[in-house]
Amino acid sequence: MPYAYLDDVATADVAFLAWGETLEELFIAAADATMNAMVTDLESISPSLTQGIVLESEALDLLLFDLLQEIIFLKDAEGLLLRVSRIEFMRTENAFRLVATARGEEIDPGKHEFVVDVKAVTLYRYRLEETPRGWEATVILDV
Amino acid sequence: MDKGGNGKYNLKYRVFNPFPNSIANTLKRKVTAMISTKAFRKISDTIWEIPVDYKEGMRVPARIFATEKLLREMDEGVLEQVTNVATLPGIIDYAYCMPDGHWGYGFPIGGVAAMDVETGVISPGGIGFDVNCGMRLLLTNLTHEEVKPHLNTLVDRLFARVPAGVGSSGFVKISQDEFRMVVEQGARWCLRNGYGWPEDLDRTEEFGCVGGADAAKISNKAVERGFRQIGTLGSGNHYLEIQVAKPENIFDTSIAEAWGITIPNQVVVMFHCGSRGFGHQVATEYLKVFLSVTEKKYGIKVRDRELACAPFRSPEGRDYFAAMNCAINMSFANRQVILHRVREVFSEVFHRDPLDLGMHQVYDVAHNTAKLERHRIAGCLKEVLVHRKGATRALGPGAEELPGTYRETGQPVIVGGSMETGSYLLVGVPGGEKTFFSTAHGSGRTMSRREAKKRFHGKQLLQDMENRGIYVRAASYGGLAEEAGPAYKDIDDVVGATESASISKRVARFVPIGNVKG
Repeated sequence: MPYAYLDDVATADVAFLAWGETLEELFIAAADATMNAMVTDLESISPSLTQGIVLESEALDLLLFDLLQEIIFLKDAEGLLLRVSRIEFMRTENAFRLVATARGEEIDPGKHEFVVDVKAVTLYRYRLEETPRGWEATVILDV
Repeated sequence: MDKGGNGKYNLKYRVFNPFPNSIANTLKRKVTAMISTKAFRKISDTIWEIPVDYKEGMRVPARIFATEKLLREMDEGVLEQVTNVATLPGIIDYAYCMPDGHWGYGFPIGGVAAMDVETGVISPGGIGFDVNCGMRLLLTNLTHEEVKPHLNTLVDRLFARVPAGVGSSGFVKISQDEFRMVVEQGARWCLRNGYGWPEDLDRTEEFGCVGGADAAKISNKAVERGFRQIGTLGSGNHYLEIQVAKPENIFDTSIAEAWGITIPNQVVVMFHCGSRGFGHQVATEYLKVFLSVTEKKYGIKVRDRELACAPFRSPEGRDYFAAMNCAINMSFANRQVILHRVREVFSEVFHRDPLDLGMHQVYDVAHNTAKLERHRIAGCLKEVLVHRKGATRALGPGAEELPGTYRETGQPVIVGGSMETGSYLLVGVPGGEKTFFSTAHGSGRTMSRREAKKRFHGKQLLQDMENRGIYVRAASYGGLAEEAGPAYKDIDDVVGATESASISKRVARFVPIGNVKG
């Protein structure tokens, strides 16, 4: 599990640190950390349907913000619980672009055990950084 | 993506606000150690000032309203955040934090800031993602003894009829176009569709519909995210509770009576929820808009990206205000529909009309908003933009914004406590002038969610509470454990501090007997 929830940061919210050797690994880890804040067991989400996600942002850290936000959006708008399985990055002239494949299924309260609903990704002390070991991000979710 | 010669990604981006462990440890340190330092100036037993030289860029001092005990328990994160708020352009008098204040994002929870409408900014981080999260209180004319035999049935039916938890949708089936009308009309839309009584509007802040809401300023995504969620509680600290007003917990008999609390051990219903995914999406989208203009277009440097903002009179500021007002109205509609469901359930269980059961609403308050209000600044009445994030408007007696009885007594203020301990009904007082008539909104968290989950077990907690006469239905056991009573400050201390500081006054305290937990 390439992420850890941080104790005692932003009392009423959920903070996590996610990491990866590559940017792809980090984005996948951060998406799982966001879903895992809501769903107790990620293994309970069957990969029965596929959802493509294409996003573009001028800043790389905000591209991650957008990906996490999209997962939260699809949870409410489409009733989907999703895990990102593949992700590709592209660099356009002025922006970073990602094309992701997410797999999952519709919410089933009989099958999925929930902890808390995530409302949004906050930018308070939000951070994406390249480190000697790869990449890491710190994110605080409003729940 | 391009890779540079050394095999690393060639990325142009700047690390903003690094958050190494050393900083986290500092921020979660309690304020205790700093109280005797020159960072604090004690103004009174319940008002603590942090002067402008505490941090570069502060335009006004910060003021924390708390007893010394409550202040000592606050995280230093509160200090960091309330002093960040003090740097925002156009802030008037002080950046405030209420006694239930705790470490949040952007503003602290419990944060209040009034901005000059001509020179000041509006910031989504000063309102919160859950726009118009708020509290509603309604009465019954039933006593605890009369409700006891039906308590489990009531809670079970409320749990079924007021959906809670992740991914829940409400019973109001409307098109996306209709939803756009809801967000412009708020609770008035509900009345037109049979979900409520005309008197409910008089007993709702802004009469259930704030002006200036413009559905042209909201995105399709925000509508898609929210249009199925009218009539849902949400999760986290959102709840619907059946409570009792014991005679020993009435502090102001004449006001309690004027507001309809007249019977010993009278049963009331209180609930806490907001604008759901719609409000969250509106706030998120505009946060990103503001992020791209705060510094680049308006030259405003903020100390935290969550405080991204724009001048209130700018196109971005105006658009956000119009969209945020839509979210305020969605929330009023949400609570109005829930009120209707509660009346239905009581009526079914007791085989009596809700009117015959005396199910009148006492009031509905918002605690995550920015609103245009008239306040006395340097002796003159002036329109200002008051941000309240986890703080409640508390108008005193005589306020023109209040109808009938409430203009005489002052505004009812509903303060939700933890599900184990109890909640309060307060009243606004003239002394509220010093906080732009703002007071606390809840008991305020003091323990992180993860810590609470380590210490408490959901199923055990449910059993313990039932043994103490509180019947609970929860959408999630994990979520329940996070809301255990000891995770919160002592609500008696919090409301006591608001009374000592003369920003609100106790009317009644309610103890829970049944709880639907999101």
